[in-house]
Amino acid sequence: MTHLPPLFADWFAAKGWQIHPHQQDMLDRAEAPALLLIAPTGGGKTLAGFLPTLVDLASQPHAGLHTLYVSPLKALAADIKRNLTTPVTEMTLPVRIEDRTGDTTATQKRRQRADPPHILLTTPESLALLTSYPDAPHIFKGLKRVIVDEIHALAESKRGDQLMLALGRLQTLCPDLKRVGLSATVEDPAAIAHSLACHPDPCEILQADPGPAPDIAMLTTDAAPPWSGGGARYAIPAVLDLVRQHKTTLIFHNTRAQAEIFFHNLWLANEDSLPIGIHHGSLDRAQRQKVEAAIVAGQLRAIVCTGTLDLGIDWGDVDLIIQIGAPKNVKRLVQRIGRANHRYNAPSKARLVPANRFEVVECVAAIDAALAGDLDGDPRGPGPRDVLCQHILITAAAGSFDADALFAEITTVGAYSTLTRAGFDACLDFVATGGYALRGYDQWQRLKQAPDGTWALRDPRGDRRIRMNIGTIQDTDTLKVRMKNTRGGKPLGEIEEAFAATLTPGDTFLIGGRIVRYDSLREMTVQVTRDAAKKPKIATFMGTKFATSTQLSQRILRLFQQEIWPDFPAHTADWLALQRRVSRLPEPDRLLIECFPHDGRTHHAIYGFAGRNAMQTLGLLLTKRMEELGLDPLGFLATDYATLIWGLEPITDPAPLFDIDALRDGLDRWLAGNAVMKRTFRASATIAGLIDRNTPTARKSGRQASFSSDILYDTLAKYDPNHLMLQITREEAMRGLVDFGRIEDMARRIGPRVDLITLDRLTPLAAPLMLETGRVPVQGMAEERLLAEEAARLMATAGLPPP
Amino acid sequence: MNGCEITLHGARLTTLGSGALWWADQSLLCVSDLHLCKSERMARRGGPNLPPYETRDTLTRLAADLDHTQARTVVCLGDSFDDLQAAQSLLEEDRLWITRLQAGRHWVWIEGNHDPGPIDVGGSHLAELFVPPLTFRHIATHGTSGEISGHYHPKVTLPTRGRRISRPAFLVDNDRLIMPAYGTYTGGLRSHDGVLASLMQPDASAILTGAVPTRIPMPRL
Repeated sequence: MTHLPPLFADWFAAKGWQIHPHQQDMLDRAEAPALLLIAPTGGGKTLAGFLPTLVDLASQPHAGLHTLYVSPLKALAADIKRNLTTPVTEMTLPVRIEDRTGDTTATQKRRQRADPPHILLTTPESLALLTSYPDAPHIFKGLKRVIVDEIHALAESKRGDQLMLALGRLQTLCPDLKRVGLSATVEDPAAIAHSLACHPDPCEILQADPGPAPDIAMLTTDAAPPWSGGGARYAIPAVLDLVRQHKTTLIFHNTRAQAEIFFHNLWLANEDSLPIGIHHGSLDRAQRQKVEAAIVAGQLRAIVCTGTLDLGIDWGDVDLIIQIGAPKNVKRLVQRIGRANHRYNAPSKARLVPANRFEVVECVAAIDAALAGDLDGDPRGPGPRDVLCQHILITAAAGSFDADALFAEITTVGAYSTLTRAGFDACLDFVATGGYALRGYDQWQRLKQAPDGTWALRDPRGDRRIRMNIGTIQDTDTLKVRMKNTRGGKPLGEIEEAFAATLTPGDTFLIGGRIVRYDSLREMTVQVTRDAAKKPKIATFMGTKFATSTQLSQRILRLFQQEIWPDFPAHTADWLALQRRVSRLPEPDRLLIECFPHDGRTHHAIYGFAGRNAMQTLGLLLTKRMEELGLDPLGFLATDYATLIWGLEPITDPAPLFDIDALRDGLDRWLAGNAVMKRTFRASATIAGLIDRNTPTARKSGRQASFSSDILYDTLAKYDPNHLMLQITREEAMRGLVDFGRIEDMARRIGPRVDLITLDRLTPLAAPLMLETGRVPVQGMAEERLLAEEAARLMATAGLPPP
Repeated sequence: MNGCEITLHGARLTTLGSGALWWADQSLLCVSDLHLCKSERMARRGGPNLPPYETRDTLTRLAADLDHTQARTVVCLGDSFDDLQAAQSLLEEDRLWITRLQAGRHWVWIEGNHDPGPIDVGGSHLAELFVPPLTFRHIATHGTSGEISGHYHPKVTLPTRGRRISRPAFLVDNDRLIMPAYGTYTGGLRSHDGVLASLMQPDASAILTGAVPTRIPMPRL
């Protein structure tokens, strides 16, 4: 056992603290090449991660960077800096701590490269950027440890893949580098350890005491949740009561739009003028920071927020979590519950507020699963190659490289450990030339090979463009919103471009909890004026679409099968009973299809319960089959539990539609050309560096970017279908968006047991589907029919004979 | 043939779903604003890097229309090349393809604002072409009659039951016809635009391109 140096032991004693067993474990294993610590929030995880660094720095002087800390959130880096400064100051340790994120000034960044601090706190994107500089070997010289915080949040995304590739780079620069991962409760620690390890070396896993079980329950209200919708407005009086009874409450929402609406309504009902703030990713940075400061200072009683506060910012006094809307995934729920109560060994308290009656069922299922510790998650496949392409570009920006050495380095990264040389060479060739079809094009000739075989940028000035486009996060395209005045106006936040396009001058919408009136659009900025009186049109943000896990879906289907629902609130039990009476409830081994008219079109609700992505694929395949059968589909949308298809003709015989072999045949054909694939292509082509999101002159608007990416996709699909970017698009689609495996599972489960029920109106279960966003249009003969109808109507109105 | 019949100054014309105009009595096919080699010009000017396939795509569609109609005269109504330098960058195989399409035909390149000078491919190069009773020129001029022009690339957006449909469109009234763009990477000017509204008479029609060309009163709001 490594004894805590007296300086540290005294400090702990002065605080009245005892070193936690897992903190001691981390100290004992300080020399392990890779370590994953799993500890609940509030368990002193961060200190456990930094203790070996602080002890080392206290015992011997170190020049330059010693420890790199990477977190998924820049706010977290700032927060950790504050928390680390306390022991460093109190023990007067010779340690310089700085952060480096998108918010750091250019001057400071330059200085950090010349004279790095001992501890640098950063994000995956800022780290990738650092590795792209020719002076990276100087910056990282002497680096001993890397701490990846909230590694579970990164391990499931391309940001994590990019980070691990960067760690591979650092390991080459500093062969003795030790890696530490910190994580809250996860369902598969081994998978995370595998991604953190320097392959083929292992990564040890330390499990801290998980602490007491959380106090988690459904919020009981007098009012029943509505049939549909996501606002949970009905629960506002009950939520305000809870806020009054607690010190600080975080009120989580799944989307920004919902958070905005809820916040607005909360203020209208806030008769005691309790200080309540709002925090989400679309708000202006200054406004967000103001709210964060107010939370830390304990000035707010409640904060309406979204996923931006999911991760461990140390709020200290938060004693209640309210989750509005179904959490969709048990792991996220457990994460959010952990936000409450940072005192170790005290249970976290959380209340779930279903936004509609369907979500009551989902919340019950989620609470059951959370209490049972039954976390969900799907294994991730091999590392995505679009991220690899970007990594090759980043490597080239830093200087010339040898392909063999780079390949060897990349295969030390867990996710890329199975990458073949041919797979790597294809990426290198793409980065170097643009791939076969684009070879003739000068702009895509990015790399050249020197006579000694090493690769370098063809035009050394290309490094700037590469750095400008580093990152794997695909923002929804947004426009800045500002108050209109002569001096540019106060920035309020951002709205989605697609939403802005629907606004006409005079329209009102909500942002930052206030109602504003759309005035004009000037150079990518939406100018607005104050407008207090009117009822707002609602700001729409796509936000993150969470997919309900299959595990949760199966729990829901099992709950449906109960004869009666004594554990449910009466309104929900009544609602399910009504659904059973007017139609029926979906069953695990059958497929229910409801067919009903709505809004002048025929709608079909197909309750597959296969998860959003699989249901989306089913929508694409079914509408394709319907088009072939002359059923004139117009579009569809998918949720986790159902696909809704609307069109001009009803399905009368579902059997030929659900023939799994025919569906599989259709898969390849639609993979070639549909809106979802184009979206996937756009994301991957941007990550892989085929499309520059940012250019030295200006950031491209979403419409411009999708214009060129759609054309690229169409032409590559037509003239070079085997182009690497199309291969990657297919891989990505199969990975996340398609989930054809789940459709096959569903088909196997239901066999021939398909129930088509024709009704004259919307059913209770179908109602929530109507409010979902993410509608996918189908381009087909239905459009010609609509056009002909409308033309006939217009000609008749104009008094002209039909054509 | 999939098209919409109209009469302009006594000439019986067919607007095709592809965006071409077919004059059967003259065996004349007119296409406008091909903007060939647009990708090259955009890339040259630091715009987005579009793959250089739009020329091939445009020519593929033109070849199909020529195949259908067996036209003896082809009128390209201006802005056939995105600019003169773009025309120089035409790939050899595409140049040969155009030559093959021109074989046995009278081929007229009308001068556009993008391609004012002569170009190094076969065919005649004219400022405008008069084939009684019609005049073919690139940009519509006020106060003329019997005119076929391009340049503005009209498009029409139409709300229908459940969907907004946006298509390139022909605009036509008793005096003139304005063609949609035929080129692959070309956008359009909405029929609501003031320029188009002032050029076209109140009773003008729009004919939407697509699988089934559809005629409607020209939308102005």
